[in-house]
Amino acid sequence: MASSATLAPLTAAPPAIEVHDLTVAYHTQPVLWDVDVAMPPGKLIAIVGPNGAGKSTLLKAILGLVPLTTGWVRIDDQALAARRQTLAYIPQRTSVDWDFPTSALDVVLMGTYGRLGWFRRPGQRERDLACRCLEQMGIADLAQRQISQLSGGQQQRVFLARALAQEARTYLMDEPFAGVDATTERTIVELLRQLRDQGRTVVAVHHDLQTVPEYFDWVVLLNLRLVAAGPVEEVFNTENLHSTYGGQLKILSQAAAALLAKQQGLVS
Amino acid sequence: MSAFWPVWLPDPSILLALAVVGATSASLGCFAVLRRQSLLGDTLAHAALPGIGLAFWLTEAKSPLVLLLGAMATGLLGAALLFALKHASRLKEDAALGLVLSTFFGVGIVILTRLQNEPEASQSGLDHFIYGQAAYLTWDHARLMLGLGMVVLVCLALTYKECKLLSFDPAFAASLGLPRRRLEALLAGLTVVGVMLSLRAVGVVLTVALLIGPAAAARQWTQRLSTMMGLAIAFGISSSWLGAIWSQTADATPTGPAIVLVASVLLVVSILVAPGRGLWWHYLRLRQHRRDVAAENVLADFYRHGERQGDRTAPMPAAELADQRGLRFPPLERTMRDLCRRGLAESAGDGWRLTEAGADEAARVMRSHRLWELYLARRLDLPLDHVHRDAEEMEHALPSEIVAELDAHLGHPRVDPHGHPIPRLAAEPRPTEAKEGSTGHGS
Repeated sequence: MASSATLAPLTAAPPAIEVHDLTVAYHTQPVLWDVDVAMPPGKLIAIVGPNGAGKSTLLKAILGLVPLTTGWVRIDDQALAARRQTLAYIPQRTSVDWDFPTSALDVVLMGTYGRLGWFRRPGQRERDLACRCLEQMGIADLAQRQISQLSGGQQQRVFLARALAQEARTYLMDEPFAGVDATTERTIVELLRQLRDQGRTVVAVHHDLQTVPEYFDWVVLLNLRLVAAGPVEEVFNTENLHSTYGGQLKILSQAAAALLAKQQGLVS
Repeated sequence: MSAFWPVWLPDPSILLALAVVGATSASLGCFAVLRRQSLLGDTLAHAALPGIGLAFWLTEAKSPLVLLLGAMATGLLGAALLFALKHASRLKEDAALGLVLSTFFGVGIVILTRLQNEPEASQSGLDHFIYGQAAYLTWDHARLMLGLGMVVLVCLALTYKECKLLSFDPAFAASLGLPRRRLEALLAGLTVVGVMLSLRAVGVVLTVALLIGPAAAARQWTQRLSTMMGLAIAFGISSSWLGAIWSQTADATPTGPAIVLVASVLLVVSILVAPGRGLWWHYLRLRQHRRDVAAENVLADFYRHGERQGDRTAPMPAAELADQRGLRFPPLERTMRDLCRRGLAESAGDGWRLTEAGADEAARVMRSHRLWELYLARRLDLPLDHVHRDAEEMEHALPSEIVAELDAHLGHPRVDPHGHPIPRLAAEPRPTEAKEGSTGHGS
C-alpha cells in the first residue's frame, strides 16, 4: 500500500489494525480475497463497498470470528489474543433478537464482561460505568426499559453504549448508521469525533457514500479484494469508486467459487 | 413413610426427585427457548433410549446409576452425531434433528422390546422410560438425581453471565474472547444430563415438554432473564408435583403425561392472560384501537358536516351520520355513547352535536388526516385517489410529535391536496390564522 508506506515513517505508532494476505470463504462462497491493509491509529475509518463485498466479514476476520483461509491479522503490532480487550465490536443491530428478556442497562453491562472474566458478576462499579455510557449516548432515562420497547435508533445507541463500556482503543462497527433516525445519526457522528479526539480508532462499515468525506478521515474500498485504502481525500475518488462498484469482478468471484467447490469435494 | 403422610401425596423421595427434575429442566429450558434450540432436548431424550436398553443388557442390572450412564452415553453420541451431520453434510439442522431422533428411538424400541420378551427381564420396568413412572422412584434414585441436578444447577449458576451473553449476542460474546463452541458444548452437555434426569419421571417421549413448557410460560410473565429462570423453576417444580399427585390419586394415569398436561395448562394460561404479552391483553388493545378509530371517524364526519354548515358544533341527525359510512345503528350508538361520556358530544334532537372540546378533537383528527394526505401526495407522488384511504388509516396512529414534524416539513401548509383547509390547533403560534381552518366554509 502506497499510503501505509508513506505513513509508517511519519508516525511512530504501529497500525491499529494490520491485515495481510487475508482470504476468507464461507462454504463455497469466497468473501475476501488476498486483502492487505494497514489501518492507522486515531482515525475514523470507513469500509465501503457494494452488497456482498465482504465488509462485515472483514470486521469479523479482524476479530477472529470467522476462520481465515490464509493470511494474518495483527492489532497494534501484536497478536489478536493479546489485544482482544482493546477491541470493541458493535454488530449489526438486526443480528440479535431484541425480544430477549433484558433491559438496556443490562445490555450495556455486557460490555464489562470481557474485563470481568469468568464467574465474576458485574458490581456497583460496572453499573455506574454502564449508566455513564448510556448518559453519553443520551438515553440514561431508558436504562430500565425492556430492549424490545426501544426504537431502532435507541437500540443502536444501546449497542454503542455497550461498546463504550468496554473502554476499548479500537471500535469495529458494523453499519452503525443503518436504519437510525436523524438525531441518533448526529449523536453517533459526535461520538465518533470524541473517540478520535481521545486518540482512539474507529473502523465502521458504511453504506452512504455521500457522507463518507464528512464523517470519516480514511476509507477502505472493498469488493471481494481490496480496491484502495487511504486518506479520504486521496483515494475516495470516482475512479476507485467505479472499480469498487463496477461489475468487472464477476470473473474473479466465479473463478474463486469454482476453485473452492473443487477443493471441498462438492463437484467432480 | 410416616403414618401421617397423606395417601394422596407421593413419597418424599419421589417429591424430591421430581423437584430436582422440574428445576433442572426448567432452567436449562430457559436457554433452550431463548437460543431457539428447543428440539435439541427432544432429540437428546430419544437418543438416550438405546443406552438404557444396552446398559441393562450388558450388566443385567437395574442400578439407577448404570442405566443413567448408558442413557448419557447414547445421548452424547446423538449430540455428537448431530454436530457432525450439521457440519460435514449439507443436511439442514431440522432434518438432522428429526433423523437422529427417530433413528435412535427406533433402535431403542427394538432393544427394549427384545429385552422384555426375555423371561427374566419382564419385571424390569424398562418401559417406564418411555412414558415415565414416578411411583417407582426410590431414595437411591432421588439421591443420585439430587447430586446430578446440583451439578447442572451449579454449572449454570457459575456460567450464568456467559450463557446469557451467548444466548443474546453470540457474535459479541465471541468478540470478547468467550469460547463460543465450548460454551455451546457445555450447554448441550448439561442438557443431556438434565434430560437423563427427567427420563424416569416423564419418559423419553415427553421430556421436551418439561424442558420448554415452564420456560416458555415464564417468558410470558417477565422481561428479566433472572426472573424468568426463577419463575420457570417454580413452574417446573409445581407441575411435576401436581402431575405426580394426579398420577398417584387417579387410576392408570402415567406420571409423565400427567406432569406434561399440568405444564401445558400453565403454558396455555400464560400465553392467554400474562400481562403485556398475553393474547387477552393483545385482544383488549386491539379492541380499544378499533373503538378509538370508530370514534375518530365519527368526529371527522362531524367536522366535515360542520365545514359544510359553517358551524363547527352543528347538530347532525343520526340517520345522516349513519349514512356517511354505511354504518348500522348499534355500533354508531355505542360510539356516540362513548363520545358523550368523554364530553366530546351531546344529543341534539334526533341526532347529536359536538361540544367545544369535541370540535377541537375533531379538528385535531382532521389535521392529521389532511397533513398526511398532503405528505403522501407531495413527497411520494401518489395520485389523489390513493391518498385518502391511506390517510384514513394513518390519522389514527400518528403521534402528535410526528404530526408537528409533518407540518413543519411541509412548510405549515393551509390546504390539503383536495383543496380542503387544514385545521390549525388553538394552541399553535399563528394567532392570525389560528381559526381559519376550524371556521372555514365548506369547500
